[in-house]
Amino acid sequence: MTRLIPIREAILAGVILLLLILISSRFSGFVAPSNLANVFNDTAPLIILALGQMVVILTRCIDLSVAANLALTGMAVAMINVAMPGLPILVIIAIAILLGAIMGAINGVLVWKLAIPPIVVTLGTMTIFRGIIFLMSDGKWVNSHEMSPAFTGFPRTVLLGLPVLSWIAILCVIVFGVMMSRTQFGRSIFAVGGNPQAAVYTGINVGKTQFWAFVVSGALAGLTGYLWVARYAVAYVDIAGGFELEVVAACVIGGISIAGGIGSVGGAVLGALFLGVVKNALPVVNISPFWQLAISGSAILIAVAFNARAGRTKGRIILKSAETIQ
Amino acid sequence: MINTAQTRHVPDRLNSRAARLFKSWEALLLAVAIAIFVINSFASPYFLSAWNLSDATFNFTEKAMIAFAMALLIISGEIDLSVASIIALSSTAIGLALQFGAGTPELVIIGLTVGLLCGAFNGFFVTVLGLPSIVVTIGTMSLFRGISFIILGDDAFRGYPPSFSWFGQGYIYWVFTVEMLLFVIIAVIYGVLLHKTNFGRAVYAIGNNPTGALFSGIRVARVKFVLFLLTGLMSGVAAICLTSRLGSTRPSIATGMELEVVTMVVLGGVNILGGSGTIPGVVIAAFVMGLVTFGLGLLNVPGIVMSIFIGLLLIGVIALPRLWAMAATRRKA
Repeated sequence: MTRLIPIREAILAGVILLLLILISSRFSGFVAPSNLANVFNDTAPLIILALGQMVVILTRCIDLSVAANLALTGMAVAMINVAMPGLPILVIIAIAILLGAIMGAINGVLVWKLAIPPIVVTLGTMTIFRGIIFLMSDGKWVNSHEMSPAFTGFPRTVLLGLPVLSWIAILCVIVFGVMMSRTQFGRSIFAVGGNPQAAVYTGINVGKTQFWAFVVSGALAGLTGYLWVARYAVAYVDIAGGFELEVVAACVIGGISIAGGIGSVGGAVLGALFLGVVKNALPVVNISPFWQLAISGSAILIAVAFNARAGRTKGRIILKSAETIQ
Repeated sequence: MINTAQTRHVPDRLNSRAARLFKSWEALLLAVAIAIFVINSFASPYFLSAWNLSDATFNFTEKAMIAFAMALLIISGEIDLSVASIIALSSTAIGLALQFGAGTPELVIIGLTVGLLCGAFNGFFVTVLGLPSIVVTIGTMSLFRGISFIILGDDAFRGYPPSFSWFGQGYIYWVFTVEMLLFVIIAVIYGVLLHKTNFGRAVYAIGNNPTGALFSGIRVARVKFVLFLLTGLMSGVAAICLTSRLGSTRPSIATGMELEVVTMVVLGGVNILGGSGTIPGVVIAAFVMGLVTFGLGLLNVPGIVMSIFIGLLLIGVIALPRLWAMAATRRKA
């Protein structure tokens, strides 16, 4: 079973490579390093959010409020920037992460202390957060000319050939790679998702781990909120509308089992990159961007069907249960 | 040594039927509905008018039609998040058929068929391939609406025939709308189906213990498949009503409606984890949500702020009984 995960990732990496080869056979400019860097930079927010979502899904939960969290934090930091243009960017980022983490903690507390199903909690907070943005901003936009140059410039600053936005995504991937495999928190996330009962017996607090998973996801959504608003230099109620589905799609395509316990950082990143490549390739190969939604929907279905086949337990079934075999 | 377990209070008989009815979730909900009705009629002088109240029913009739089927689906332990996207696809199909000169009966048949097909598609992935319904319907949520976007782009279908607009804009008698009649008929059908038939008992059994249901001879997969079909069909009916009422189809039609449908079902006392819930509860929940949105609308509260109330309602109705129970156990301890 342990070898299954790298194989699944290798298949996904192969699919992405195949996709790139197919595109480059007609449009060689697409695989030029500068363009690939652009594609990566464009996918960076999705990668960051997918990492947070991965942690939540691994603990048998789901966070549908990430996009609303992102939009709310983005609006908040944009308004702070308009009110106090002199505030250093690092403070802004700290505020964004903190604000996002608080919203994640609200989800987490409801799941942990009140044992409300995560899908209900986050469906609810998703609409509540969006509504709060409207109350905060009065439905108005914060436009680029109102933001300070330092605020909008930071994610686009080029360092060693890549924009800061890309570097933050890479940093997140490394941090999460280490966290999931080398820390107690990372291992307990797998334990909670793999078998909650067994996790309790080994001394892991299941609810608390789920709480922290939501906090992590929220903090990353907050961070992305600043990066998003700064990069696109605009904040309004509906930014990143429906983006939570794309984030879940990236995770599912990356082989993270919605039943919890199975998945990897590499999978989440590859899932996000797959969607990123498709999204950026559509206009190049002259397909209307309206295809994007249907393609990511199909990709979710294919990926989840494929992963379920691969993960089916082998061996003789003595007593069949209604969930597995019908 | 005194054993406290022996001295506990043992009632002579269980609560009477009337007492149980009085303490039920439905009774509480009904009280809330009446309270909202009274508050609204004081808050706005325009509330208590037959025509205004008739208009208010449009706030929930279409959602409630789906909510009845969704209630059965959630009781059986599954969920369908793609209902709003089924509306979009079904409405797009209706609009497309209109371009080829279809008449009203054909438009209705096409709307229902597309709904059924979408339901069958979801049901196939969940029951035949054995995949979790949350992921499948998140996928089809993108796929169905995605197909609408491919067909329509940023365009819209318009020009539905007057006979078609009867479904969403017609009146049966005085202020009673066609949609209201459909709502009542569908509520009765689902009420009988869930509470008075073998099929309904099977739905509860599956929700409480799928493996146990399987071993007691219930065809679990088939029942679930039928439930997905019904949810698809109801989305088709809602698509016909909504398209007829709006008079146009855009791919963004009914965006976010799945949330309101799920909220309505949960507010109606259906356990989101499956196994319990009633149709009368969902009926009252539909009225509560309709009255709240209509009342807030009369007070000039924007739609997005109303969605805060819907979100709070969704979390609140589940959280409050649990907080209550936690406080009660703490008091005893």
